[in-house]
Amino acid sequence: MIFLAGSLITPEFGLLFWQFMIFLVILFILGKFAWKPILTSLKEREANIEEALNAAKKAKEEMQKLHADNDKLLQEARLERDKMLREAQTAANNIVSEAKDKATAEGQRLIENARAAINNEKQAALTEVKNLAANLSLEIAEKILKRELADEKAQKELVNEFIKEANLN
Amino acid sequence: MDNFIKNTLFTLIFSAIAMFSYAGHDQENNADKPFNPAPTIMHHIADSHDWHFASWDERTHWSLPLPVILLSKENGKAGLDAFMSSRFEHGHASYNGFILNEENKIETVAGSGKELIIDLSITKNVASLMLSVILLLFIFLGMARRYKKNPGSAPKGVQSFFEPIIIYIRDDVAKSVIGHKYERFMPYLLTVFFFIWFNNLLGLLPGGANLTGNIAVTAVLAVFTFLITTFSGNKTYWGHIFWTPGVPLPLRIIILPIEILGMFTKPFSLMIRLFANITAGHILILSLICFTFLFKSVTVGIVSAAFAVFMNVLELFVALLQAYVFTLLSAMYFGSAVEEHHEAG
Repeated sequence: MIFLAGSLITPEFGLLFWQFMIFLVILFILGKFAWKPILTSLKEREANIEEALNAAKKAKEEMQKLHADNDKLLQEARLERDKMLREAQTAANNIVSEAKDKATAEGQRLIENARAAINNEKQAALTEVKNLAANLSLEIAEKILKRELADEKAQKELVNEFIKEANLN
Repeated sequence: MDNFIKNTLFTLIFSAIAMFSYAGHDQENNADKPFNPAPTIMHHIADSHDWHFASWDERTHWSLPLPVILLSKENGKAGLDAFMSSRFEHGHASYNGFILNEENKIETVAGSGKELIIDLSITKNVASLMLSVILLLFIFLGMARRYKKNPGSAPKGVQSFFEPIIIYIRDDVAKSVIGHKYERFMPYLLTVFFFIWFNNLLGLLPGGANLTGNIAVTAVLAVFTFLITTFSGNKTYWGHIFWTPGVPLPLRIIILPIEILGMFTKPFSLMIRLFANITAGHILILSLICFTFLFKSVTVGIVSAAFAVFMNVLELFVALLQAYVFTLLSAMYFGSAVEEHHEAG
């Protein structure tokens, strides 16, 4: 047994030789024609995957940026609209108040005019009334006189009166 | 597909057990003599000049003859002898002045005037080595072709099985242990990993050769690791060996021989570890099978068969583990060889 085991740990030259030669050959062939293309394409594939992942990440970021930009734009538009609305409101208010002022002034002017016209008419009417009253009084006086001085006696009395008065002067 | 693989695997394992137990019959003929498991076990572990599957009796063997190649000297003249191992008739006959001894090694027949210089025969282990190489080339060159044909596409079939392993060795062995200079060591690490793993598994097949449990094979692999480590060693590496930094002067002189010895003990441990682990696994399974013939009992047979199945499954794991360990340790040695200088490490 010991004798046999001794042969186990004694390398045979033939096997050493074949193992060395064959391993050298397979190391060369596999190294050049198997491992090199396999490792190269694995590396390429990994690079591709990483690139694709990075691209996806970048696209996502860009999307987010775009989204944020959109939001910003929307916000700005909203602000702009509010501003425009406010401005329009102010303008409308201005127009209304201006119109109101104008209308008030116009009304005032019309009232003034009317008042002036009324006054004029009143004066005219009054004057007419006065004239009328004077005429009427004259007519009445004429009629009274005509009746008073219808008979001779009355006329003589009046003349006497006037003479009397004139004598005094 | 999964089921198919599973079924095939189980069939292989069970036929392996059957084959081992069948081979145990070798010594059964001399019924009076007690069964001696040692030669049976050694026969299964050692290399041989024919690929033996089974034997009926002393004269009828089911085996594949393998080529014998010998460099020899005849009367002072060098020559080459090449013939099939079947000429030896399983050690019962001599041929051309050569004969198989009890150890299944080739010897010259006394008085034939021949002198054996080198035995370069295609033994069972060499044949198994060639088979494994064909398998490796077939699988990985085919895989490489697929990568080249469909660059950037998702892995398919055999690709999706081996790709995670290749990536694991690249990322978790080479990259993490060696650092950024890992790339130049990748071909060796991958080759050695798959070479050891495939041969470990082939060794577990019925009638398979114990290739990675042979010290010559592990020695050559260790020498490769040693040579690559030594030739890629940088200034820091050699500085660490010859003039260990951060140590007082007298200690440096004491450490020097230890460091130099360490250069050789590292690959030596690689050689022993793989050889011992695989051989031990084979011996264990064979021993369990041999129990049946030692005790000549059905009960023991059933129990030891169950244990042998368990051990075989364990060996499937060990096959992967040892390939991983060899690769990882090689990577660590390479890593120490190319490590950049750092402060009082």
